Amino acid sequence: MQIRVIDIAKDFGRTGALRGVSLDIRDGELIALLGPSGSGKTTLLRVIAGLEAPSAGKVYFGDEDATGVPVQKRRIGFVFQNYALFKHMSVADNIAYGLDVLPRSEQPSKADIRKRVQGLLDLVQLSDIGGRYPRELSGGQQQRVALARALAVEPRVLLLDEPFGALDAKVRKDLRRWLRELHERTGHTTVFVTHDQEEALELADRVAILNAGQLEQVGTADEVYDSPASAFVMSFVGDTSSIPVEFDGTRLTHEGKPFAAAFAGSCPSGGRLYVRPKDIEICEVAPGRLEGRVVNVHRTAAGRRARIAIGTGPVVLEAEVGVDKGPSVGELVGLEVRIGRVFAD
Amino acid sequence: MPEHIRPGGQASAPVTTESAAARTALIALALAFLALFLILPVIVVFSEALRKGVAFYLATFTDPDAQAAIRLTLIVAAIAVPLNMIFGIAASWAIAKFEFPGKSLLITLIDLPFSISPVVSGLIYVLLFGGAQGYFGPWLKAHGVEVIFALPGIVLATIFVTFPFVARELIPLMQEQGNTDEEAALTLGAGGLRVFLTVTLPNIRWGLLYGVLLCNARAMGEFGAVSVVSGHIRGLTNTMPLQVEILYNEYNFAAAFAMASLLTLLALVTLLAKTLLEMHYGEALARPPRM
Repeated sequence: MQIRVIDIAKDFGRTGALRGVSLDIRDGELIALLGPSGSGKTTLLRVIAGLEAPSAGKVYFGDEDATGVPVQKRRIGFVFQNYALFKHMSVADNIAYGLDVLPRSEQPSKADIRKRVQGLLDLVQLSDIGGRYPRELSGGQQQRVALARALAVEPRVLLLDEPFGALDAKVRKDLRRWLRELHERTGHTTVFVTHDQEEALELADRVAILNAGQLEQVGTADEVYDSPASAFVMSFVGDTSSIPVEFDGTRLTHEGKPFAAAFAGSCPSGGRLYVRPKDIEICEVAPGRLEGRVVNVHRTAAGRRARIAIGTGPVVLEAEVGVDKGPSVGELVGLEVRIGRVFAD
Repeated sequence: MPEHIRPGGQASAPVTTESAAARTALIALALAFLALFLILPVIVVFSEALRKGVAFYLATFTDPDAQAAIRLTLIVAAIAVPLNMIFGIAASWAIAKFEFPGKSLLITLIDLPFSISPVVSGLIYVLLFGGAQGYFGPWLKAHGVEVIFALPGIVLATIFVTFPFVARELIPLMQEQGNTDEEAALTLGAGGLRVFLTVTLPNIRWGLLYGVLLCNARAMGEFGAVSVVSGHIRGLTNTMPLQVEILYNEYNFAAAFAMASLLTLLALVTLLAKTLLEMHYGEALARPPRM
């Protein structure tokens, strides 16, 4: 089901408000709503679900204007952050809930319901636990039961709020891969909310990045990572450090000193130069090069990273350095910027 | 391994707890108070009640006035408790799940019956509905409705006094549980009533039962407010606590204590039920809501 969100606004007295968000979600796509807390990503998901009414704007499910349709009639599947499984019901009863509450005329027979529930349990690879209660399950199992429960009503769209937020790192990675496979098998249009950029990049076909109630960029993982549309996107997706720069028409200068750097972005007079650690190389001090003093060198999972104080100010750039060699703390080094982006302040 | 970090070693004991003498003294003091002020009176009630033998004890309850008092008490509780249960659920639902102006005022008002003297609660109703001088008294009298010195007045006073029990129990419980279970049910297509019956009610059932038990105990045991509005008409408007007082004032101690023993028994049963519930419901609360 294609879903179109048009110019949605939602006023709260608190964080999570939306200020004019438009987004096309394609049929069968897996899309991530990515943003820091308070950016409005969960609010947008709840507006699509019908759990919040927008103060302005429209939500279309296909060609149907769903803005005024109550949540019960939208036929959506929603997986809550803490799963919200019904504690007093067995796993099978939880999954059957959406079928049990159908009007009598649409309700499948008891035998059909049982068959459907078993089918869903098989789908989420929990075939034998239908008789158990939610409290007897691990977090990852509860999460999969919640997903099965949401799928039972044959939803037109599957909405997941921080689906892996409450799980530990290892389970999270396994479930992520599993969800991707499930999506490929069932083909449900799926929207999930996350604050974890790695999760969004790995799992989603496209990523929609929200900040302060506005959409910053929508695109594939490659697009948002390699061609960020704003300084916010660049620094939120992937690691980035930055320095203030001026642009004199031909060269970038920092504190009046020109330096050579390859960069993209339009900047009539300057702004900030954003560079990823992998795009900075440490080399000899030379004229026309940025230079700075190494503040510290720390280990990251895959390599090592140096923090370098530039010039006189409190400005620090981060550069990837080799595991076996690298500058020592206090050393004056030159910096080669392979590629950076300039955004206006 | 050095002495001071030996796990569970005696070296660490003085850090975490009082000396043995202090502990013994505190426990003994607590037990002595308990025995003197709680256990002894209960024993006295039953021993006084049975002083003239089991036959006399049982005969007390065949007295028509006594039977009328027991009946009236049961009727009052049967009306007041369900009404307060409905009110309690509605109020705690509103407070826990919605934001609205005047919410904190409502929370404060719910507690009012706890902080006001029961006698005053009774007087309020006399002032409102009393025959000659009450605000609505003359009008009610003209329409043949008696409130004060009759069953309606007793029920009203009892409802007022037992108002907070269910709501007080449910508000923190519902606040802690939040809305997500209800929202999940809504997304699965359930209507409002369905959500309440299949999701909300099961989630609060133990707290609700506990609140109803306490409410019931107070409804049956209330003296002050009921005393003011009842008029003490024997066989008509005397509840069990009022009957106890009358018998006592007539120096009919055995009968007074016999009646009192019934009320005490009610208290003990409530306490027992509450303890059993806490064993169940305490565990449910202690269990982390998200695992």
